[in-house]
Amino acid sequence: MKLIFRLLAVCTLIATAPAYAALKVFATVPEWGALANELGGDKVDVYVATSPLQDPHHVEAKPSLISHARNADLVIATGAELEIGWLPLVIQQAGNPRLTPGKPGYFEGAQQVTLLEVPKRLDRADGDVHAAGNPHIQLDPRNIARIANALAKRLAELDPANASTYQTRYQSFNERWNSAISKWEKEAQPLKGVAILVHHHAFTYLNNWLGLKEVAALEPKPGIEPTSAHLSDVLALTQQQPVKMVIRPAYQSSRASEWIASRSKINAVTLPFTVGGTENAKDLFGFFEDTVQRLLAGLK
Amino acid sequence: MIKPLCSLAALTAVVSVPFTAHAADNKELAEIRQQIKQLKDDYESRIQSLENRLKEAEAKTQTAQSTAAQANAKAEEITKSAATSPAPAEPRQASSGIAAFNPAISAVLQGTYANLSQDPNRFTIAGFIPGGEIGPGKRGFSLAETELTLSSNIDDKFFGQATLSVTPENEISAEEAYVLTTSLPAGLTAKGGRFFSALGYQNEQHQHAWDFVDAPLVYQAFLGGQFANDGVQIKWVAPTDLFFELSAEAGSGENFPGTSHNKNGSSSGALAARLGGDFGYSTSWRVGLSGLHTRAENREFAQANLAGADALNSFNGKSSIAIADFILKYAPNGNPLVTNFKLQGEYFRRKENGDLTFDSDNALGATNTDAYRSRQSGWYLQSVYQFMPYWRIGLRYDRLSPGTIDLASNAANLDTPGFNPHKTSLMFDWNPSEFSRIRVQGARDQTRPGVTDNQIFVQYIMTMGAHGGHKF
Repeated sequence: MKLIFRLLAVCTLIATAPAYAALKVFATVPEWGALANELGGDKVDVYVATSPLQDPHHVEAKPSLISHARNADLVIATGAELEIGWLPLVIQQAGNPRLTPGKPGYFEGAQQVTLLEVPKRLDRADGDVHAAGNPHIQLDPRNIARIANALAKRLAELDPANASTYQTRYQSFNERWNSAISKWEKEAQPLKGVAILVHHHAFTYLNNWLGLKEVAALEPKPGIEPTSAHLSDVLALTQQQPVKMVIRPAYQSSRASEWIASRSKINAVTLPFTVGGTENAKDLFGFFEDTVQRLLAGLK
Repeated sequence: MIKPLCSLAALTAVVSVPFTAHAADNKELAEIRQQIKQLKDDYESRIQSLENRLKEAEAKTQTAQSTAAQANAKAEEITKSAATSPAPAEPRQASSGIAAFNPAISAVLQGTYANLSQDPNRFTIAGFIPGGEIGPGKRGFSLAETELTLSSNIDDKFFGQATLSVTPENEISAEEAYVLTTSLPAGLTAKGGRFFSALGYQNEQHQHAWDFVDAPLVYQAFLGGQFANDGVQIKWVAPTDLFFELSAEAGSGENFPGTSHNKNGSSSGALAARLGGDFGYSTSWRVGLSGLHTRAENREFAQANLAGADALNSFNGKSSIAIADFILKYAPNGNPLVTNFKLQGEYFRRKENGDLTFDSDNALGATNTDAYRSRQSGWYLQSVYQFMPYWRIGLRYDRLSPGTIDLASNAANLDTPGFNPHKTSLMFDWNPSEFSRIRVQGARDQTRPGVTDNQIFVQYIMTMGAHGGHKF
């Protein structure tokens, strides 16, 4: 009899466990996973859909993504069409109406910030154009601050029992974040006005934050692989005006930027682009710390 | 603006045509003139007002631009001084107007050039009762299917998609037209309408997403190319981290290997179970088991008799197919852009039980009906490798086994060759963007004993408009 009671108790525990379980978060890219961990701590169980070295434009709606979306309480996406090739398909197949866009379980970072480079014309002849604007919003820490604010509120809405935890964690994060921003901005003073080349036209928000001046992109058009003709043009351009460095996201091939660097006095700089993109970019703080340090090193 | 201008031009033309009707009453003439003048004045004033509005609009944009510039300058100042007090996000404005709720539209354009050493009209797969769309298609230049897809959320509960296909013969058919639920809980989705059945791996893919010009031989021999059903489907994704999906469907089963039926209820059913996951960040996989059960009533097919005379025959009975499939995709760090690799294979088994009527239209005067039983199988294995950005190469091997065919007394009329049809295809394609593909494919087709068809295809597949991602 005792045994049966024990078994029953165990079963009840298992059955009711989900009510106390952590909020399941499906983050499309590592930076939102890291942010959810900052704000949620042990109250959230975060799954990150892509690797730090994965090009977020080209992800497949693979089975593991569907099964994780099936169980998620909240999807954190960048938005601005970054995930358009796979996220709608994943959500559609997952049979999880909590994640439907418009519901509290669907959160887009891009909705919280001012998007730059909203194209004046939409034409596929211009390459991979994002109609809503440049989606690489994570490269400006001030955007992260805005998104953190909105995300903390969303977490509290979805998990009211832990609302105070999210609020406290957000306040703590926000304080540390703002002082870190001031520190990075001070350190990054020498970068102001520095002319750079970029591999993919992905650093708009970083340039906007630190005052870097993008002279040209190695990709002839967004998403189109560098061609030798275009690289020669870019090289010629660097001979006319002083360019300090060529930067690329860690997920892209180093060949084009090394080609340019080897033929000029330009430093090739690899930036983490997201949390985990480089060894030192362990969390959001490390991500920006490493970005700034690598840029400063590129000045030498 | 253009419309009033045209009307004005037409009016002027009318006015300038000399009146030949001298008999017209002067008074009437004056009235007409008065009316025309009124019209003219009316249009002139309208044009004037339109012009004014245009000027206003232009002025507004200018001021907007200058305020935007000011705002930018301001924003810069703000970012300089206070990183800690971020500006609030601009409210995003959705586009408005009648067109705002238009569905996403995409069109796929396809064309083929085929050079075939054998006459495609004589194509058969030895030992397999033909049906559906089989064979390498037309010789020379031909337009392939032009697909037009409309898709959109219907409301908060349903999503709808219609793919209309325009054939080179200028016929329009509904390739797929279905509604899908978006609000069922617990991993459930239900689909109704016409859709490609959840069978095997390739069956659910639209033709433009195939990695080779033609369908694998197993698809041609067992499903007539591709199996679409008019019916309902329910899918369930298990609440596990490992992907596990079950699907069941019921439908009219009108397509090969079934036929249309004049009956209530379901005429064909399909079941599928799929398991999938990742090995690290670079490799993803999925395996599946699926089955289709359908019925055929007077499924007609042409097959020559033992003497070589063409005969029309028909099959009545049940057809059951079981499929095992797998797909493995590899891309370094999950980045398929530079290099990637895909390995895919499917194994089919089919049982058909029923009656076969030889010479069903009695053209040879030898009509004979008797029992028919067959157990047949086949498989294919293909791999596609992207060795550098934009360029892919692929190899496919197809093989069918005619298995056992019991024709009973019809063995005196029809041949059952002990021959394994097989085919090797090599393809090479160039994909300058995710929206365009140009492919060259060579194949050695040995689907008939003693006959080799050397095939060369050149194909283009181009997509316009709002084309969403493809399924895994």
